Amino acid sequence: MATKLLSEFTVGEKGKIKSVTGEGKVRRRLFDMGVTPGAELIMRKKAPLGDPIEITLRGYELTLRKSEAACVEVEV
Amino acid sequence: MKTFALAGNPNCGKTTLFNALTGATAHVGNWPGVTVDKREGVYKGGNENVNIVDLPGIYSLSPYTPEEVISRNFILDEHPDGIINIVDATNLERNLYLTTQLLEMDVPLIVALNMMDEVEKAGDKINAKTLEDALGVPVVEVSALKKTGIKQLMDRAAAMPKTRKGRTVLADTLKAQIESACAYYQAEEVSSPLFHAVKLLESDELELARKGAKQTLEEASAGEDLEAVIADERYKYISEKLSDVKVRKNEKGALTKSDKIDRVLTHRIWAIPIFLVILFFVFHLTFSENLFFLNGFTEDMGWMPSLVDLGLSTDLGGGNQEYNNFGVEILAIFYDGAVYSPGVILTNILNLFLDHISDGIVTLMENGGAAEWATGLVGDGILGGIFAVLGFLPQILTLFLFFSILEDTGYMARIAFVLDRIFRRFGLSGRAFMPMIMGFGCSLPATINTRTLADEKERTATIRVIPFFSCGAKLPILTAVAGGIVAAFGIGNADVITFGMYVLGVCTAIVCVLLMRNTSLKGETPPFIMELPAYHLPGFRNLMLHLWDKTKHFVKKAFTIIFASTIIIWLFSHLSWRWSYLPDEEMNDSILASLGMFLQPVFTPLGFGSQLGQFGWVFAVAAITGLIAKENVIATFTTLALCIGAYAGEGTEEGIEELTGLINIIIGDTGISQGEFTAALIAFIAFNMTTIPCFAACATAKAELPKGKFKWTLLFWVATSYIVSAMIYTIGAFVWPLAIWVAVIAAVVALIVLRNIGKFDIIKIFKKRKN
Repeated sequence: MATKLLSEFTVGEKGKIKSVTGEGKVRRRLFDMGVTPGAELIMRKKAPLGDPIEITLRGYELTLRKSEAACVEVEV
Repeated sequence: MKTFALAGNPNCGKTTLFNALTGATAHVGNWPGVTVDKREGVYKGGNENVNIVDLPGIYSLSPYTPEEVISRNFILDEHPDGIINIVDATNLERNLYLTTQLLEMDVPLIVALNMMDEVEKAGDKINAKTLEDALGVPVVEVSALKKTGIKQLMDRAAAMPKTRKGRTVLADTLKAQIESACAYYQAEEVSSPLFHAVKLLESDELELARKGAKQTLEEASAGEDLEAVIADERYKYISEKLSDVKVRKNEKGALTKSDKIDRVLTHRIWAIPIFLVILFFVFHLTFSENLFFLNGFTEDMGWMPSLVDLGLSTDLGGGNQEYNNFGVEILAIFYDGAVYSPGVILTNILNLFLDHISDGIVTLMENGGAAEWATGLVGDGILGGIFAVLGFLPQILTLFLFFSILEDTGYMARIAFVLDRIFRRFGLSGRAFMPMIMGFGCSLPATINTRTLADEKERTATIRVIPFFSCGAKLPILTAVAGGIVAAFGIGNADVITFGMYVLGVCTAIVCVLLMRNTSLKGETPPFIMELPAYHLPGFRNLMLHLWDKTKHFVKKAFTIIFASTIIIWLFSHLSWRWSYLPDEEMNDSILASLGMFLQPVFTPLGFGSQLGQFGWVFAVAAITGLIAKENVIATFTTLALCIGAYAGEGTEEGIEELTGLINIIIGDTGISQGEFTAALIAFIAFNMTTIPCFAACATAKAELPKGKFKWTLLFWVATSYIVSAMIYTIGAFVWPLAIWVAVIAAVVALIVLRNIGKFDIIKIFKKRKN
């Protein structure tokens, strides 16, 4: 299975989270918001200016910046 | 009385449940140590009254935002008799993540499964009994909105045993590690050892601060990073249990209502224009005196007759008029030459009411033979001051209502999503936008709103620039001085000057944020990881309770700080140094006037100091009274212009004629050139816009800022206003200083950049020299 970073996703792409890198508070926050290995997600849209992005995860909508999405490795 | 804490995620209906439980008994206090509203109320529906404490909405008990720390400390230190964990059934997975953490505390816990009706509407099913068996704590279905299940919830909560031993869902995978960490906390005799032990394994900052904790962590985890494992295990447990609990009928695919709304409101092209239109209408409905431009877009297009034109009232000159009868007075609340907006109508209603009270009391005192000074003190000093401030309440509340609706519907979160890209350039996140835009209405609610910002430095920077978003009370200064310039010199256009000043304020804010984020408040751009809640209609009752809270807060302020300050100002302006009473006409001899004259030279570099001659002190005094409330600035001008004899007619509310008179008398006295004086007057507006805000805003800022930052913030405001005004005056009046300013700014920017890339640190070099 191929993996790619969440920041490289295009709208409508689906995947399953493989790992979450990053450090300290960002990583902690991602975990608390349900961005953990094994969770499935769909990329929903980009903000009008191209960043941040919106994903659906664990049944709700989450928004994060591309720089934070780059911490999330996803199996597609 | 038993105390229960109400905990849950943001947007899970917590406030609605709190209101349903406590009704009108709720009151707002402050959390000890940090100032985040603490709402408390009493539930009276059971055999025994129960105290309910509403904790801030949180996703986790890790110390990410101040709210999370507060909730955690409250449960651990204040020992509530139980926790009511409200869980959004439509978003069960993420909501139960917090539940698994609350389970680990040695506190009785009950789960309130909210919004079950929504789940059923979607065709899904959740089995509360299965969930109860899995979690080992009571689970009760409720609908906070429809107030069903409340009684069952509270009955079962009351029947819970007094103590509960914490349990963890991580027992299978991390048994050894947890036991080892737990032993350390048991030896330390800490309550809820299990909770602390798991937090320590998560490398939690607060736990690591404890003596010996670091060593315990290293021993227990053997150097392994357990943070990811724990979060992962919690969610795994929830997903496993959910397969038994939740029966999904409708697998996602179809567009929900929220998706459809989002397609429009966060559209690639239309998102920002739509937002600007909404924002325009919010301010238009609050402040406009020409609703929907029914009377045309400019004065020339106006076609509606004024009350004077209709023969319903008589013009007394200077903006005052006498109405033919009470009916016309009522009509004037809604219409006079143009239809008013709801915000203005509410203001007019309140002011009509307050004016009659004030007139009544003054007449009563005069008839009763009270001394002139006593009538003046009560009428102008006390009532005038307080009512002037209370008069702003309707517009502040209207603005607040609109922003609450935008917030409650979920639109504000989308705006943060849309604008984050722009704000990141200045080192802020999209969320900082909200408080800033609210600043155009009033700095008070805007400052309170900064609590939603997780990053302390971002919060400090935002609070500091909020006053630069010129508030409603500063608008009269803008219109009066701009109007005065146009009337006295016959140049320019008052609207253009006013608009230009707003732009100047925003630019100052941007420059200051950039400066602070690169120097004193340096730090990473705060992360932007945020839930976008589903759109829903705001609850009327919740909105009203919210507004009621705000009203109480504001009225309390008006009757304490503002009450005291208006009395002091009045006394200083009506007493001579020999403590004798001075009527209005002799105000030049008052303590206030001599203080103004003393301070006048301070304002000389800004253009409104000594160069304005013997009457220049009026500007100094106006600026000083503005520190108490910005509406004082124009009030001071109108009073003092009369005293000086610069203006002979009746006092006007807008103050344009008084200012024009004042400008002319000063020109006659000093022969100052038109160009220089214009620059000085614009500098005066800029000074008032960017200097220390009103008393009430300062008090709020002091409460909201991190400890020790307030005095620097005051200094920041003084320095900013001084520099900005000096720049405007010197460049506007003499042009050549432009070269110096450009050189100074270039040098400052160069020094900051060099320092930040580590090439040349002037501060370090200075320190080295000293050594």
